[in-house]
Amino acid sequence: MNKIIAVAGVVIKELYRRKDFYVLFVLTALLTVAAGAVNFFHDEKIVRYVKDICLLLIWVSALVIAIVTTARQIPAEREARTIFPLLAKPVSRAQVIAGKFLGCWLATGVALVVFYFFFAIITGSREQIWPVGMYLQAMWLQWAMLAIVIAMVLLGSIYFAAPSSTSTISFIVVVGILGIGSHLKTIALQQAEPMQFILTVIYFVMPHLEWFDLRDFVVYDQTLVSWMALALATGYAVVWTGFFLFLAWLGFSRKNLTT
Amino acid sequence: MKISPLLVLTALLALAFALATGLASRAEGWSARTKSDNVFGMMFGDGRKLFANHFFTMADVYFHSGYYPSVFDKHAEEQKEIISASHGKKETEEDEKNEDFLGKPKDWIDAFGRHFRITQHTHLESHNEREILPWLRLAADLDPQKIETYTVGAFFLREHLGRTQEAEAFLREGLRNNPDSCEILFELGRLYRDGLHDTTRARNVWELGVRKYLLRSPEQQKEDSMILDELAVNLARLEEDAGNYGQAINWFHLAQKVSPNPGALQKQIDDLQKKLDAGIPVVPQKLF
Repeated sequence: MNKIIAVAGVVIKELYRRKDFYVLFVLTALLTVAAGAVNFFHDEKIVRYVKDICLLLIWVSALVIAIVTTARQIPAEREARTIFPLLAKPVSRAQVIAGKFLGCWLATGVALVVFYFFFAIITGSREQIWPVGMYLQAMWLQWAMLAIVIAMVLLGSIYFAAPSSTSTISFIVVVGILGIGSHLKTIALQQAEPMQFILTVIYFVMPHLEWFDLRDFVVYDQTLVSWMALALATGYAVVWTGFFLFLAWLGFSRKNLTT
Repeated sequence: MKISPLLVLTALLALAFALATGLASRAEGWSARTKSDNVFGMMFGDGRKLFANHFFTMADVYFHSGYYPSVFDKHAEEQKEIISASHGKKETEEDEKNEDFLGKPKDWIDAFGRHFRITQHTHLESHNEREILPWLRLAADLDPQKIETYTVGAFFLREHLGRTQEAEAFLREGLRNNPDSCEILFELGRLYRDGLHDTTRARNVWELGVRKYLLRSPEQQKEDSMILDELAVNLARLEEDAGNYGQAINWFHLAQKVSPNPGALQKQIDDLQKKLDAGIPVVPQKLF
C-alpha cells in the first residue's frame, strides 16, 4: 500500500506543479463572477443562472483535469523512460496502475473541493442559504463519477498511441454518455433492427455516468437524494472503476514497454 | 545621423494617435456590419436566433424547475408553458397528467436513474419567477424580433413580481424593435389596465393593436387570429365596465369572427343587448 501511496503522491505533486488547475480555476471564477455581476431588470436576488453557469464550468473543468492528467501518466513515464527505474524499485505493474489511479482521483478530489468551496461562497453570498448537504452529495457523486472516468482513461492510455488521442476519445465517450445515456433506450426503441438491438445492448452495458450529475438538484433547490440511492450509486461506481482498472492492469501487465 | 529609438517610438505613437482620431469617424461608415444595433447581431448574424430560441426554452425549463422533456421525449414540441401562462391559462389536473412525459420506468436502469433527476412537475412561485428573467433578457438581446420574449417577460414582471415599471420598459423596447406587433400592444394594454389602472391608455393601445392587426395581410391575419380575439374581447369588457354597451357589443361581434367559441360570446352579446333594450341608463362605472 505504501508503494501505491508513493506513486499517488507523485501524481498529486505533478498536478499542483502544472498550470492546468490554476488556469481552469481562474477561468471558472472569472466567468462566474462576470455572470453574477450582470444586473437583470434591477433584481439583485436572481441567482439560479449563476449557479447553473458555475456548475457547468466546474463539470467541464473537472473533466478536463481528470482526463488530461490521467491520459498522460503512463505514456509520459514510458517516453521519459522513468517507468523502468520505477518498476525496478520494485513496484509491481498492478501497483503502478493503482498508484496512478489513486493519485489522479485524489488530485481531482482536491480540485473539486476548491471548486465547490468557491461555488458555495459565491451562491451563498447571493441567496443567503447554505444547503451544505446538497453540495456534499453533488460533489461526492461527481467525484465518484470521475473515478470511473479516470479508470477508463487509464485503460485507454495503455491501448491508444498518444495522450491526445486518449483524451479526445475519452471526452467524446464521456460527453456522449452524459448527453444521451439516459435516452439511449428511447432512441433504440425508435430504430429498426438490428440497430435497435445494438443500441439496447450498449444501453445496458455502458456505465451510466448521467446518474452522478446532481446539478439540477442544486440549481433548482431540490431536496436531498436518498442516502440509500447515493450508496448504491457509489457501489455502482466502485464496480465500474474496478472493472476498468482490472482491464488496465491486464493490458499493462502484457505490454512490452521497450517498444 | 543616429536617431534615438525612443524618439522613433514616440513619433510612431503620435502618428498612430493622429491617424486614429482622423479615421475613427470615417471608419464607422465603411463597414455594413456597423449598421447592426446589437453586438450579438454582429457576432452571430442570423445564427443568434437559434441561441435566442434556446434561451427562451431555458426560461421555460426554469419555470418548471428542471422538470422538462428533452428532444427525445414525447411532448418535446408542445407550446411553452410560460407562453400559455402569460395568456392567463391555468393548468388543470388533466394538463398535469398530460405533461408526465416520463411515464413508467422502462427498466431498472431508468427506474434507478430517476433518483438522480427531477421527476416532480412544479412551477416557480412566491417571487421565484424572477429566475426566468435572465434567459428572457438574453433571448431578447439575441433576437429582438422574437415577440413572445417581451410579452412573456413583461407578464411575469408585472403579474408575479409587481415590477410594472420594468415591464413597461421591456414592452416599450419590444415595441421599438417591432413597431407593428399587436401582441406587444395587447400586453401593454393589460399592463395599463391591471398594473397602472389606466383604462384610457389601455383602450388606446388596444385599439391601435386592432388597427395594426387589420393592416396585416389576409394570410397573416388568419394565422394570428387569436390576438384579435384577445384584443376585441378585452376592449369589449373595458367598454362594458365603462357602461358603453353598444360599443362593447361591436367589439364582441368582431371577436366572434375569429373566436374558437363564438357561442359563448353570443351569450354575452345577448346579455348586453337585453341591458340596452331595457334602457338601463348608461352610467360609467368606477372600474377599480
